[in-house]
Amino acid sequence: MVTGVLPLALEDATKTIQAFLLTGKEYVCIMTMHGDVDQTKLRGVLEEFVGDIFQKPPVRAAVKREVRKRTIYSIDDVEIDGRQVLFRVACQAGTYIRKLVYDVGEVLEVGAHMRELRRTRSGSFTEGDIHSLYDILKLSQASPEEREGMFRQIVRPMEDAFEYVPRIYIRDSAVSSICHGADLAVPGIVKLSEGIRPKTAIALFTLKGELVALSRALIGTEQMMKDERGLAAKTVRVIMPTDTYPKLWKPKHRRSVVTQSN
Amino acid sequence: MEKDRLSQQAPWNKSQKLLIKLDEETDPALGCPPEKRTIEQHIRFGLINLDKPSGPSSHEVVAWVKRLLRLNHAGHGGTLEVPIRAGVIQWSPAFFH
Repeated sequence: MVTGVLPLALEDATKTIQAFLLTGKEYVCIMTMHGDVDQTKLRGVLEEFVGDIFQKPPVRAAVKREVRKRTIYSIDDVEIDGRQVLFRVACQAGTYIRKLVYDVGEVLEVGAHMRELRRTRSGSFTEGDIHSLYDILKLSQASPEEREGMFRQIVRPMEDAFEYVPRIYIRDSAVSSICHGADLAVPGIVKLSEGIRPKTAIALFTLKGELVALSRALIGTEQMMKDERGLAAKTVRVIMPTDTYPKLWKPKHRRSVVTQSN
Repeated sequence: MEKDRLSQQAPWNKSQKLLIKLDEETDPALGCPPEKRTIEQHIRFGLINLDKPSGPSSHEVVAWVKRLLRLNHAGHGGTLEVPIRAGVIQWSPAFFH
């Protein structure tokens, strides 16, 4: 009953999963109402759910059950056939559509349940370039000659998942230190997204567009543009292998070295 | 108010403008642009946009793909379908309390 866009990460790309869990989603949903409702009233109630809503995750949920705020970006393409209602909903990550439908039913005073759900979008992944399990089966049975071409057609670079994630492009000379776990300092910044605020989850890229690490901003875009020194972002997860770019920073003298020179 | 309205827009409808702080170029000898990776690297840092069929859980689907393509690691972003035991009526009110 639930189908659609499921982004899969392979091998080392699995490290990036925490980032695309946070991206916005879009679904097409079929809701069954448990009573007859006037069409105008129904459309009005659906409209009311656009914006900020409060949800308590269902009993069988993967997260702590406390009421939380979620944003519904839009509900449109509403089609009504008796008690069956079809609509498209775009929402923030972590919104339970089954719960949304139940709540719509409560407001309508007749009750409702979700009959079918299809995810049509997860961040930059849309239904347009989706592959079925049959495609994967064909890929696994491909001859060695056609294998590479098929893999290139079905597998996409992990960087594609970050289209809508705020980002900072860093200098070549900063890459290695980030890969070794250092935080990003302001002088390493070349280009950056608008609207970064302290604590925003961001991605660090090289100027060639390779993903380096997932970070958390320490200061906002404006301050990063203005400042000349200081830390800009805390490194949360390093994705790029450490030996990709050369080490251009000088290691600090270790205590043992100092003791020797004495 | 304007800020409020912007935060309620889907990410794909927001502008993705970049601000330039430094005029700097990258050394072509270092690293490799994502679209020029070798096939091994392409898979190692790759994603698949999969159409999850009705029935199996997201978790089961990942396990199948992993086995079919003989991968060491695979994972999915965002569970589609809450795991529910057979026989439990999915829309029973108790489900939500």
